[in-house]
Amino acid sequence: MAKPTETPKPEELTKVDYNPPETEWTETPAEIKPGTYCYGSRPKYLEEVGFPYAREWQPTDDDWKLPENWKEIVLDGIKERLGNYRSFKLFMDICVRCGACADKCHFFIGSGDPKNMPVLRAELIRSVYRKYFTPGGKLFGKLAGARELTDAVLKEWWSYFYQCTECRRCSVFCPYGIDQAEITMIGRELLNLIGTQTDWIGGPVANCYKKGNHLGLEPHAIASNMEYLVDDIEEITGIKIEPSLNRKGAEILFVAPSGDLFGDPGTFNAMGYMMLFHELGLDYTWSTYASEGGNFGFFTSMDMAKRLNYKIYAEAKRLGVKWILGGECGHMWRVLNQFMDTWNGPADFMEEPVSPITGTKFENAKTTKMVHIAEFTADLIKNNKLTFDPSRNDHLNVTFHDSCNTARGMGIFEEPRYIINTVCNNFFEMSDDTIREKTFCCGSGSGLNAGENMELRMRGGMPRAHAVKNVHEKYGVNMLANICAIDRAVLPPLMDYWVPGVDVCGTHELVANALVMKGEIKRTQDLRLEDLPGMEEESEEEGGE
Amino acid sequence: MGIVFSLIVVIFLVAVSLVGVKLANLQFLFGVVVPYAAIIIFIVGFVRKVVDWGRSPVPFSIPTTCGQQKSLPWIKHSKLDNPSSTGGVIGRMLLEVFAFRSLFRNIKSEINGGRVTHGSTKWLWLAGLAFHVSFFVVLIRHLRFFMEPVPFFINIIDALDGFMQVGVPHLLITGVLLVAAVAYLFLRRAFIPQVRYISLPADYFPLFLIMGIGITGIIMRYFTKVDIIKVKELTMGLASLNVTVPDGIGAIFFIHLFLISALLIYFPFSKLMHMGGVFLSPTRNLANNSRVVRHVNPWDHPVKVHTYDEYEDEFREKMKSAGIPVEKE
Repeated sequence: MAKPTETPKPEELTKVDYNPPETEWTETPAEIKPGTYCYGSRPKYLEEVGFPYAREWQPTDDDWKLPENWKEIVLDGIKERLGNYRSFKLFMDICVRCGACADKCHFFIGSGDPKNMPVLRAELIRSVYRKYFTPGGKLFGKLAGARELTDAVLKEWWSYFYQCTECRRCSVFCPYGIDQAEITMIGRELLNLIGTQTDWIGGPVANCYKKGNHLGLEPHAIASNMEYLVDDIEEITGIKIEPSLNRKGAEILFVAPSGDLFGDPGTFNAMGYMMLFHELGLDYTWSTYASEGGNFGFFTSMDMAKRLNYKIYAEAKRLGVKWILGGECGHMWRVLNQFMDTWNGPADFMEEPVSPITGTKFENAKTTKMVHIAEFTADLIKNNKLTFDPSRNDHLNVTFHDSCNTARGMGIFEEPRYIINTVCNNFFEMSDDTIREKTFCCGSGSGLNAGENMELRMRGGMPRAHAVKNVHEKYGVNMLANICAIDRAVLPPLMDYWVPGVDVCGTHELVANALVMKGEIKRTQDLRLEDLPGMEEESEEEGGE
Repeated sequence: MGIVFSLIVVIFLVAVSLVGVKLANLQFLFGVVVPYAAIIIFIVGFVRKVVDWGRSPVPFSIPTTCGQQKSLPWIKHSKLDNPSSTGGVIGRMLLEVFAFRSLFRNIKSEINGGRVTHGSTKWLWLAGLAFHVSFFVVLIRHLRFFMEPVPFFINIIDALDGFMQVGVPHLLITGVLLVAAVAYLFLRRAFIPQVRYISLPADYFPLFLIMGIGITGIIMRYFTKVDIIKVKELTMGLASLNVTVPDGIGAIFFIHLFLISALLIYFPFSKLMHMGGVFLSPTRNLANNSRVVRHVNPWDHPVKVHTYDEYEDEFREKMKSAGIPVEKE
């Protein structure tokens, strides 16, 4: 494996040349450059879940050791998917190449590579579709925009389908709603048919399948990680929380992205969930078996995604819960909103979700029986069930990053904003062109959050980072809140690179920081165990007026 | 390459019809046979394509949500950009089809002074809308050639279209607008480097073809006038399946008709099918209600899963030592 390369400095990365090369795109082979691609998957990961053609392999190798009949496999794969997905068939046929999508892609804005224009990324596969599946392409070849499927074309697909984060921003602007995410997902399925997975996706998928979560945390490790968080909470609030794992008969199953139990600042968010539930006296349980809300299978194939997603309903049934509450995660919620019930439903063994605290019926989750925690908390606040001291967040000037999937595959915009505006006094929006449905990707979604492709990630995250930079300079924003575990993992390095001085947090970290809990000691530390400005121990002497 | 090739093909089509009518006297072929064939190919091709798409499964509910979801009753729901019901979807589609809602959002993003900046840009939306609307009005206006008496609404449209009352016959704005919009769409394709880079012959060809149709139409109306009575005799004959080809119709008419026929024949095999496709796009025509109503995948199949029992078998001892309840002690 090649050593990770040094990422160029920000000043160099912003020198983007948007002029296309002299050579036609069909004559310009893809260059797989260090810093912009992910390593090939180790064979064991593919073997563990039964993906075909596992082998030692690297994208930079001349010989990818493809199966003898790889072309046939891929073409059959296209044929099958044309029959299974109207989206695919339609998106192959109706694009007029108006180019409205071009500068909507964060990878195009950040790299200038024309094949990162969604239209051209789609043409990579469309041209092959024409050659083998349309009369015009069969008859007129290149004149009809058709080309053969060759080794070089396959490598090009691989390169560019792993330079797309399936964020759907192009789809918002396309006059026909052509969704590059859909094309990338199908493109990656085809690449999976011949064993060309990336390591950073293959590993989490195998982990999640066997151990229940991407990080491969075994049950006792989950328990001990939670212990640490519980200890920290006790230190901060004086309250000992006892979360339960795999408890039968709980009213609610709580499923969060596993990243929240593992790395900062996700762990602060997990503390936030636990503190909130404790304060409410919620009858809930975590599960070690269904310990992953996210779904890296979604970045390999629909079947794999379904196999991983299966555990959530299966565990809800085994534990006999009434409904499921879901933590803050982006693609997790696209899956839960648009796919879960279709794959693994109907979830008729549960009840329609009702908040035990407010009595609110979550009618928008009537059949999936799964409620987003931002919906749950917003309802609590609206019904005055919580007491906050927002001044505990006064040292923070907060802005909110809408994650791609919750924005464009769900539309949860107001709930988190309502929460943040309640628990923080200083909230500032980024510019309209970069939030809500027009939000920019973190640059590392859909399994691109590896270490070896840092240049690509910094380029892709550039539009998001620059929008943060604007509010950082204008309003002194120093905290980037979000509702996505991938964001919590990848935005910190993005901020360090582009906007030093801006930290990243989940929304429920802010909630719990401001939450006034029954029986708590005077808070002098925030959830990060850092002193709360103006609330240090010694300041008590001045108090009392 | 795409530009020159497409232009040559259109010029060739013009030449074929000109030679065919002027030298070979093939008025019947170009005035009757080809138009009928074109209409049949268009209708059959269009219907087949749309039926094929329509029959294709939509396994998952994948609307692109462009506004606030319907959730808690006190949160304002964006009914058109994130519809939760069929009514909302119809509204969203109407906005898309008649107002090009998505294109209206267009933003230009680029790097200025080391920073990514965004600005509104509406030219593509405006030209696209101008093109489609004027083409539609021109089409409606042409119904006068296929109906006797001419319905009142067509006379009204004609009157409105010619409201500027310039010249004799009155200048019809949509004809000029159509050619101007097509010219703009061509120029942006030819001169914006990124758009030129992605353009195929299939992008230039319909533009030249439609430009040819518009220009021959304008020439016929305002310059080398054709005998309109005789033209109507022919078109009425076509419409009533009682064909007749009167003598003395200018060649320009046959060129016009042949280019239209070419467009109709080309249509079902081309990107122009976006006309039918836009209605079928699953990212636009589905309601975002998949947490309320179960969306069924017609080809759903069982998959291999890792069950809880297998999981517990592997981790039972570790679970017990961590105090996590297990099914089998």
